[in-house]
Amino acid sequence: MTQEIKFLQGNEACLEGALKAGARFYAGYPITPSSEIAEMASQRLPAIGGVFIQMEDELGSMAALVGASMAGAKAFTATSGPGFSLMQENLGLAIMTEAPCVVINVQRSGPSTGLATKPAQADVMQARWGTHGDHAIITLCPTSVQECYDLMIYAFNFSERFRTPVIFLSDEIVGHMREKVVLRDDIPVVDRAFPQCEPNQYKPYKAGDDKVPPMAYFGSEFIFHASSSMHDETGYPNNTSQNADKVIRRLYEKIYDHRDEISITKEFETEDADVLFISFGAAARSAREAVKMLRSGSIKAGLLQINTIWPFPDEKVKRLALRAKVVLVPEMNLGQIINEVIKFSCGTPVFGINKVDSTIITPLEIVNKAKEVLQNA
Amino acid sequence: MGERTEIRLSGSGGQGLILAGIILAEAAILDGKNAVQSQSYGPEARGGASRAEVIISDSPIDYPKVMQPDILLTLTEEAFVKYKDNIKSNGIIIIDSSIRKSEPPVKIVSLPIIETANKSVGKVIVANIVSLGALIAVTKIVSKKSIEEAVMDRVPKGTEELNRKALYAGFELGEFQQKQYKNK
Repeated sequence: MTQEIKFLQGNEACLEGALKAGARFYAGYPITPSSEIAEMASQRLPAIGGVFIQMEDELGSMAALVGASMAGAKAFTATSGPGFSLMQENLGLAIMTEAPCVVINVQRSGPSTGLATKPAQADVMQARWGTHGDHAIITLCPTSVQECYDLMIYAFNFSERFRTPVIFLSDEIVGHMREKVVLRDDIPVVDRAFPQCEPNQYKPYKAGDDKVPPMAYFGSEFIFHASSSMHDETGYPNNTSQNADKVIRRLYEKIYDHRDEISITKEFETEDADVLFISFGAAARSAREAVKMLRSGSIKAGLLQINTIWPFPDEKVKRLALRAKVVLVPEMNLGQIINEVIKFSCGTPVFGINKVDSTIITPLEIVNKAKEVLQNA
Repeated sequence: MGERTEIRLSGSGGQGLILAGIILAEAAILDGKNAVQSQSYGPEARGGASRAEVIISDSPIDYPKVMQPDILLTLTEEAFVKYKDNIKSNGIIIIDSSIRKSEPPVKIVSLPIIETANKSVGKVIVANIVSLGALIAVTKIVSKKSIEEAVMDRVPKGTEELNRKALYAGFELGEFQQKQYKNK
């Protein structure tokens, strides 16, 4: 195993992870606080035979990703709130045409232009429901520079494995901090399944038992049609209600049937936790520190750190919430992931720790809130 | 120093303190420790008081921001005034000797960092590396061997000797001060 050790920013580690995963196409429009990714991609990709395009805007960026993906490339882009909003329409196109790609959103404070250089974690529900229509999506959240690298490889793997866009939901804090990172070689890289039939027998949207259709690429002898309109296995429009039901359910189930394969969570001291924190991204780091502080004062605290935020790890939340006296959800927004936690908390009281002043939630703020609710529990 | 040591380097934009922060963190990693580095960013980083933050620890570092520094280094009076009151009671402040000390709340070490860079080394631009040398001589937060390796890794090609000279000048400044402190 190669153990190349570097000291990098989270954004830089995202790029390293993407390259390790085999990404060779980047189309994007630079935006704070994600711009380091575009800057590095513009230097690194051409040097290894890849493509970097600075697009006219984020609508075009997302469209270019779908095209590159259809042509066989592992494609990605990086943006932040305003750009992520502009990508929503063509993100739906990637879902509908089942074009694997990765969209990095380094979250900043909004709405709109907002505080352009400051962190937030307020795009959690946008990642889930930003594009219209019923759909499933995979969303990964890093809490460290190492996780930026590791999870970026998983992001590409999941996108290829399930033929879906994957949202990589970072934040300004994780994106800009520097930490040690091991550019590890031991995460296997997954490539999309290529059709095994004769080219003239190929049906681009015919899936096997795992509900993921094998994927040819434009320019190969497998000729196919990809459409944003409702289509059947042939790829051509089919507007029957029977077909629509089948397709929408398959697009959903190809991800939700494989949740165990996709779900990444980490637990810290949860075994006997009376106080259970559930958090993600930068806020999870403060929660981990809070666990230590509370434990040193003999309060049994633990943390469930969610890395795969969509699909939401409901079974894990249920299991841990049942054992706890109180559940607290620190997040840098006015309450987004807490609503998912409440759905699966099995009656254990759930409290939010919310901050939108564009500064990180501190461990002490978490400790104080935990003590307060524990007293009243 | 406790297990977790928080360091804030502050001055004005362009003094190279963010690079100094990165180098300091890299030296800690060469020493086999954990380190997290962050910095003021965006409009905040341009002009006025800019800062780099480094946290060094033997254990994994969870909370990535400085809560209350153990070590504060400032090269400008503006940064000194802005940051001097947020320091641990057993902390240490290292300042350039051009700064007027106004009621130092903790142990304060005043050193002619900028003057040394300018006159002894010959270029004011290496004040950041002189600062690193002085900071390490005073606090021993990382080893001399590791800081030298980290400096050599990060500085532009062709400037190695200049920066090595700056680092050594910083060591000397800090060590001289420490001797005097002990003799008092």
